[in-house]
Amino acid sequence: MSQEEQLTTTEEGDIAGRGPRPRGRLMERIAPSQIDWRSVVLVPLLAVFSALVIGALIIVLTEGPGDVIPAYVALFRGAFVGVSAISETLTAATPLIIAGLSVALGFRAGLFNIGVEGQMTIGGMTAVMVGFMLTGLPIFIHLPLAILAGFVGGAIWGGIPGWLRAQTGAHEVITTIMLNFIAYRFVDYLLKQPAIIREGRFDPISRDVLPSARLPQLLDWINPSLRLHGGFILALLLAWAIWWLLFRSTVGFEFRAVGSNPNAAAYAGMSVTLTTVLVMAISGGLGGLAGANQTLGVLYSVSPGFTSGIGFDAIALALLGKSHPGGVVLAGLLFGALRAGGQVMQVRSGVGIDLIVVVQALVIVFIAAPALVRAIFRVRAGEGAGQLTRGWSA
Amino acid sequence: MTTVETTADLVRVPAEVKRERILGVVYLVLAAIVAFFFAMGSEGDATFRLGEAGQDIDLTFSAAGFAWVTAAIFAFLAVIHLTRGIGKKSNLVLSIALVLFAFAFLAWAAAGSSFSLLGMLRTTVAASTPIAFGALSGVLCERVAVINIGIEGMLLTGAFMSAVVGTVTNPWVGLLAATLSGGVLALGLAVLAIRYRVDQIIAGVVINIFALGLTSFLSSQILVENPDRFNRPGVLQAIRIPLLADIPVIGPILFNQNIFVYALWISVALTTYGLFRTRWGLRARAVGEHPKAADTLGIDVYRMRYLNVLLGGLIAGFGGAYFTLGSVGAFNENMTAGRGFIGLAAMIFGRWHPVGALAAALVFGFADSLQVRLGILDVGIPSDFLLMAPYLVTIIVVAGVVGRARPPAADGQPYVKE
Repeated sequence: MSQEEQLTTTEEGDIAGRGPRPRGRLMERIAPSQIDWRSVVLVPLLAVFSALVIGALIIVLTEGPGDVIPAYVALFRGAFVGVSAISETLTAATPLIIAGLSVALGFRAGLFNIGVEGQMTIGGMTAVMVGFMLTGLPIFIHLPLAILAGFVGGAIWGGIPGWLRAQTGAHEVITTIMLNFIAYRFVDYLLKQPAIIREGRFDPISRDVLPSARLPQLLDWINPSLRLHGGFILALLLAWAIWWLLFRSTVGFEFRAVGSNPNAAAYAGMSVTLTTVLVMAISGGLGGLAGANQTLGVLYSVSPGFTSGIGFDAIALALLGKSHPGGVVLAGLLFGALRAGGQVMQVRSGVGIDLIVVVQALVIVFIAAPALVRAIFRVRAGEGAGQLTRGWSA
Repeated sequence: MTTVETTADLVRVPAEVKRERILGVVYLVLAAIVAFFFAMGSEGDATFRLGEAGQDIDLTFSAAGFAWVTAAIFAFLAVIHLTRGIGKKSNLVLSIALVLFAFAFLAWAAAGSSFSLLGMLRTTVAASTPIAFGALSGVLCERVAVINIGIEGMLLTGAFMSAVVGTVTNPWVGLLAATLSGGVLALGLAVLAIRYRVDQIIAGVVINIFALGLTSFLSSQILVENPDRFNRPGVLQAIRIPLLADIPVIGPILFNQNIFVYALWISVALTTYGLFRTRWGLRARAVGEHPKAADTLGIDVYRMRYLNVLLGGLIAGFGGAYFTLGSVGAFNENMTAGRGFIGLAAMIFGRWHPVGALAAALVFGFADSLQVRLGILDVGIPSDFLLMAPYLVTIIVVAGVVGRARPPAADGQPYVKE
């Protein structure tokens, strides 16, 4: 804690009078209590627009100027035009929303969970294992059990860095990233075990989830190839549940209090240690659910890399949605559209889907630094997303 | 820092005591593992070969005996930690303990046969190189209080640029391009973190996602279709330093390596000298510890921060070229596989000091080379678990050390000039 920090941030005085960071002002910026249409609507829209413009520039440089319009037209059609496109958009949005909630919950409590990839990997795996190992159960028992297994797997994987953070101060950014790699290797190992690998296969792929543990299709009465499944409803319910948890429950108040000012929270008698573990476990559990959603709703099995970067997209998504469950749902729909459209773009115009990752990274840049948007578009755009995470030793 | 300590007092028992206890338990667990698995599970003598092909320098000893001694040392360390505490030297003790543990493990694996320790140590030095470059980049940035989580992305971009430019022109130009590309990303980080005061960890993560996305995109669009035109830079071969390379054991390990290894030592030496013996270093450290005081004395805080972050980026970009020009000879998607983050852990473990960072990187490099070498020995541990080793060691180190080591006082905080 340095002197000048206190001098410049006295407007948000904390109870203990010596808070480490101006968290309160920060939370106003990433999660405004009064809705300012410019920062909530205009800046995200301009950010997405700017990112797409730079994406177009990258296409011009790699493919030639003639490819921009066909690529973006394919992107748009693949995302919005027709029942099938909308079904794909919602299917892609589902895990993004759940994973985004996971990161957003962490942000609200001042923790940066970039281990959603690993939590998805483990959660997806545990869900699949319950999904094919338990047999003879009716769907209303088997499916909830498999989903619960996904949550528990992710909660353990997220709880470990939470516990390390609370007990030893090990920064969650490093530990969760390391646990991502450990999760990949662990699942690689599991996928070689005779009890898990699919019969007659030598490449790493698990057995199929039994029909009684699959998330039901929602639109198969229109066309059996439409992939939208019950996970979408689950994602919306989770968004509501996290909103309730954060803004209507005592536990959620403690989460936010610890996030805004750990010292004040401790002074008020809250357990920072317990809260940190609990937040990371729930956040990890949500990550696990995002993985379970993929394995029980779309893929029905696990193979290496099945998370396909969703856990990293979730970071952009949580920032774009201002760490509010409602915002995360909207941002998830947008990113789902980008993903679904990106697939079509890749097939139709040959522009690789990794471009979408670049666009998403640019979106975070513009969201995290509204001053950039302000400078480019000459609009009043509020302040930057100042200090959001805690340093090494806090 | 004062606040952090008072928080700790408020909430729980002093953090130091707690860490001593945790480390004590860790040593107890290690002692138990060594005693039950390595000591009881190994028969016969282990032979470590220390000579190059043709040379005959062998180290033969009883694997079980060595393991018992190691277990006893760990038990002793555990007792000290649980009673008196070790305090400041505990990082050093922990590194030595980890190396001892690794040797006990190797002896167990090689019991009854022989094993080229020389080869393993050479791999260690090589594997630690990119980690050390990453750690050095982190030291430069954090000494001026800018947290650089984007090292991973800079390494990856360096690897990509060196492969592409190295193929189109020649490896040396590729090396230059890699260095510059790291600098460009660092400039991006600096602008976001210093000018726009974006949360530094977010800014770094953005750099990582951006680098991963862009290199993967370009790799799938361009490299995969035309590997001969864009992705065959070749490998910079080891340069044998005359005389020095003929010293037994040490020579082949230290003086028969490629340009990256030598460049690393020069960088570490220069950075150490620069940070602690020159005007620039004093100013940089002042900016990292107390920017307001530095500003009052007429030091341009922003300029120092831009300069150091840029330097850090150049070093990380250069280090990234190791992945292609120094080892594999071609670019693969996400080939850095977390080495940038391991570098950050090495920086923390090395207490924000260039030499410490290098030493820590060697420990991580050792863990990294374990899996390469043990794959050959076939010790009955699944290869997937061996591949976890560097990541597990990183977590243990970060958990055991953070908070004990003190980062620059203003680390991670943006500075607002009044």
